[in-house]
Amino acid sequence: MNWEIVIGLEAHVQLSTASKMFSGGSTAFGAPPNTQANAVDIALPGVLPVANKGAVERAIRFGLAVGGEKLINRRSVFARKNYFYPDLPKGYQISQYELPIVKGGEIRILTKSGEKAIRLTRAHLEEDAGKSLHEAFQDMSGIDLNRAGVPLLEIVSEPDMRSAEEAVAYARALHFLVVEEIEICDGNMQEGSFRCDANVSVRRPGGALGTRAEIKNLNSFRFLERAIEFDAKRQIEILEGGGKIVQETRLYDPDRDETRSLRTKEEAHDYRYFPDPDLPPLVVKGEWIRQVKDAMPESLRERHKRIVFYGVAAQKADLHIASRTSSTFALSTFAGAPKEEVPTLSNWILGPLSAKLNEENLDIRDSKVSPDQLKELSKRVADGTISATAATSVVLPALWEKEGPVDEIIERRGLKQISDAGAIEKIVDRVLASNAKQVEDYRAGKEKAFNSLVGQVMKETQGKANPAQVNEILKRKLTD
Amino acid sequence: MLNASLKELSAALAQRKISSVELTRLFLERVEKLNGSLNAFITVDAEKSLAQARAADERIVKGATQPLTGIPVAHKDIFVTRSWLTTCGSRILSNFVSPYDAHVIERFNGAGAVILGKTNMDEFAMGSSSETSFYGPVKNPWGQAYVPGGSSGGSAAAVAARMAPAATGTDTGGSIRQPAALSGVSGLKPTYGLVSRYGMIAFASSLDQGGPLAKSAEDLALLLNAMAGFDARDSTSVERVAEDYRRELDKPLAGLRIGVPKEHFGEGLAGDVGRAVEAALEEFEKLGAKRVPIGLPNSGLSVPAYYVIAPAEASSNLSRFDGVRYGHRAKEYRDLADMYRRTRAEGFGAEVRRRILIGTYVLSHGYYDAYYLKAQKIRRLIANDFVEAFKRCDVVVGPTSPTVAFKIGAKAADPVQMYLNDIYTIPANLAGLPGMSIPCGFGRDNLPVGLHIVGNYFSEAKMLNVAHQYQKATDWHKREPAGIQP
Repeated sequence: MNWEIVIGLEAHVQLSTASKMFSGGSTAFGAPPNTQANAVDIALPGVLPVANKGAVERAIRFGLAVGGEKLINRRSVFARKNYFYPDLPKGYQISQYELPIVKGGEIRILTKSGEKAIRLTRAHLEEDAGKSLHEAFQDMSGIDLNRAGVPLLEIVSEPDMRSAEEAVAYARALHFLVVEEIEICDGNMQEGSFRCDANVSVRRPGGALGTRAEIKNLNSFRFLERAIEFDAKRQIEILEGGGKIVQETRLYDPDRDETRSLRTKEEAHDYRYFPDPDLPPLVVKGEWIRQVKDAMPESLRERHKRIVFYGVAAQKADLHIASRTSSTFALSTFAGAPKEEVPTLSNWILGPLSAKLNEENLDIRDSKVSPDQLKELSKRVADGTISATAATSVVLPALWEKEGPVDEIIERRGLKQISDAGAIEKIVDRVLASNAKQVEDYRAGKEKAFNSLVGQVMKETQGKANPAQVNEILKRKLTD
Repeated sequence: MLNASLKELSAALAQRKISSVELTRLFLERVEKLNGSLNAFITVDAEKSLAQARAADERIVKGATQPLTGIPVAHKDIFVTRSWLTTCGSRILSNFVSPYDAHVIERFNGAGAVILGKTNMDEFAMGSSSETSFYGPVKNPWGQAYVPGGSSGGSAAAVAARMAPAATGTDTGGSIRQPAALSGVSGLKPTYGLVSRYGMIAFASSLDQGGPLAKSAEDLALLLNAMAGFDARDSTSVERVAEDYRRELDKPLAGLRIGVPKEHFGEGLAGDVGRAVEAALEEFEKLGAKRVPIGLPNSGLSVPAYYVIAPAEASSNLSRFDGVRYGHRAKEYRDLADMYRRTRAEGFGAEVRRRILIGTYVLSHGYYDAYYLKAQKIRRLIANDFVEAFKRCDVVVGPTSPTVAFKIGAKAADPVQMYLNDIYTIPANLAGLPGMSIPCGFGRDNLPVGLHIVGNYFSEAKMLNVAHQYQKATDWHKREPAGIQP
């Protein structure tokens, strides 16, 4: 008999605000320990929280993206989740419990077996804890409170996924949504900006839900996949051996590729949730939602349409909208370019420019060649000043190395094509005279011989002859 | 000078009859003389006070003065003060110096007032007698065997003994009004949200409110002008136009409707207190006010509701005192859990521990609905009682406390008896309404009786008017305790 795996995910999405969820402290990553923790963040006596408007607006954006205005609770409540830990300065985390800011919604995923909608339970605002460092100190632990108070949106899915593959597809789709589509998170998983907890259980198909294990803090898609696969297998083995699953929290150890029990349900904290009396209920009026809606970034679907309208094939347009920044780059490149040059520009971005960016591990927003430079370059190909080959093999790399403006590079490198018919004719005559065999072959019907003659002419001109003109003159002379 | 009103002190300073340094020195000497016996102050730092006084004198010379410039004010040790110790009456903060000033302190500093010292209080404001302080009990200036009330007992005693012309306090269930009553001074708890709680160490956030204690309603008005105001750092702070709380002081009381709640005159009210309050009501009638019998039918539920809500919030608010980042930490411990356990067992006194336990219990899984949610429902009922009452009257008047001051130690072993002290004051906190206490006579053993005035939301100016008119017609507020033995 087979088993069905049931998975629900809780994603912790760090919101890309400059200041913290309830204080003016900076959220920048990587500062020396405790230099970005202010009086509120370290919970000095007497300090009070003030909710960050930018974080609330990002949560509203999310609600609008996963189902629209109706998902946004007009009144949500911040609650205290009480527990003691040294990296939790107040002894409680401010979160939302009974009334979250977003309820419901769905995310569509695509897997081998087709498209599927994953329902969302809720999304709520909360603050992150600090970091405990146990390794660096002998007989002591270090506490870094820089991260304490950083705003998070916790997005909880229904148990709608049936395989590790689906879970990863969901996590990727969610990541893409928050990072690229609605730009509420920088998405950096190494820095912890996007982490998942997976609730995993197994059951007989059609049967009641099994007891679940919650696997905490999975900060890569790979770990998410491995942790689910390991734990589902573990659970199936227990059940098939006649055992029972205990509800527990587990940790995934990537070094050993296994999950380990952290605490069972009996050891679980009683968090004593109650509404935070320091914060009035969060009221979101329709007017505010409309303002947020108006400020939403253009959807990538919309951008795809515009890119196709400029003259790029739909499948290539897909590649241009792989990220927000690449779509921005493509659109600013195509804007104002003659329609017939757009396919070439698109090919340059997806081909040689992408290769350069990959090589140097740069995002396209940091490209060393600008959209305007690409346009100048394509103009020089279109007006016959240089060949397409020279453009991609010589000028583009030179632009990348910041050698100067397009025309200067063309000039300095001597790339200008010879378009003077008389000059080309002289060279053609010379080539024809010294390649009698090829001329004979061509006339005998060997088409290949023509290419060889073209090659000879190009070689004589060091590639600078206008190929169209060379073809035309050669044809004329050979048929004379 | 020791008996002068703030208005008189302000005039004397402006006319250069006295300098702020001289005035501050005068009160510092009084503190030095009496604090050994009354224990009203936890921290006094003459140098710091005098430095502020010198700065105030410079301001006065330049003419850039406000009504409180140069006047020394004592602050309850619950307001954090930069470079001063702020203990909250607790061992756990016995070494704590705040790197920032509370909003209230900023306001007083901005007005040019002088910090005279930090006053003693029940630990974390949990108490009605100022006996639970780690720094020992405060004595009542009217009789040193008696408590001054609490938790702002140090502030009340300081004003009563003329060790300070004015003081600040905080009131969660009566902590300004009850000590004002028991120590024979005037005290005002403003509408919730009027005075910023930023930098006021939290006991029960939804109930805590800072306010002034002084010798008269007129002084309170002046102090409230400085303390009240919107503060973006406190999300519960109310944004409204600034007002001058003195503006209605001189209005006659003719036609004033005084609501008298029968529930505050029943069982439990001591005869001497009842008689003094009755006399005060008659005085008001002479001034043209009329009595309106009202009911506050749910007020009997206020003490039990309060002792669910306040400890629940406190149990969470006090979690930050864990020995990790500041404050007391146990010297020896085995592991993290043991560090927490020992630090908090050593750092908190019995009453604080009791309330943390109660609060933790009522918020626990399975008990939350039966206690916390139910208490919140009662809270709404109590607020509605007042909504109904204020349809028929302008202010609600009654006794502040059921008895005059009791002996130190008398109720220390019986928390419920202690809690019942605040039976008349708690409803205003639960409803978020402003309340005040002014002296209205003397009871047993010549101990002061307080008259409680509750107004509608943001009607502080009206309440101060009512109190001021009463104080113009009587002199209870001018009496001072005699023969305090240094």
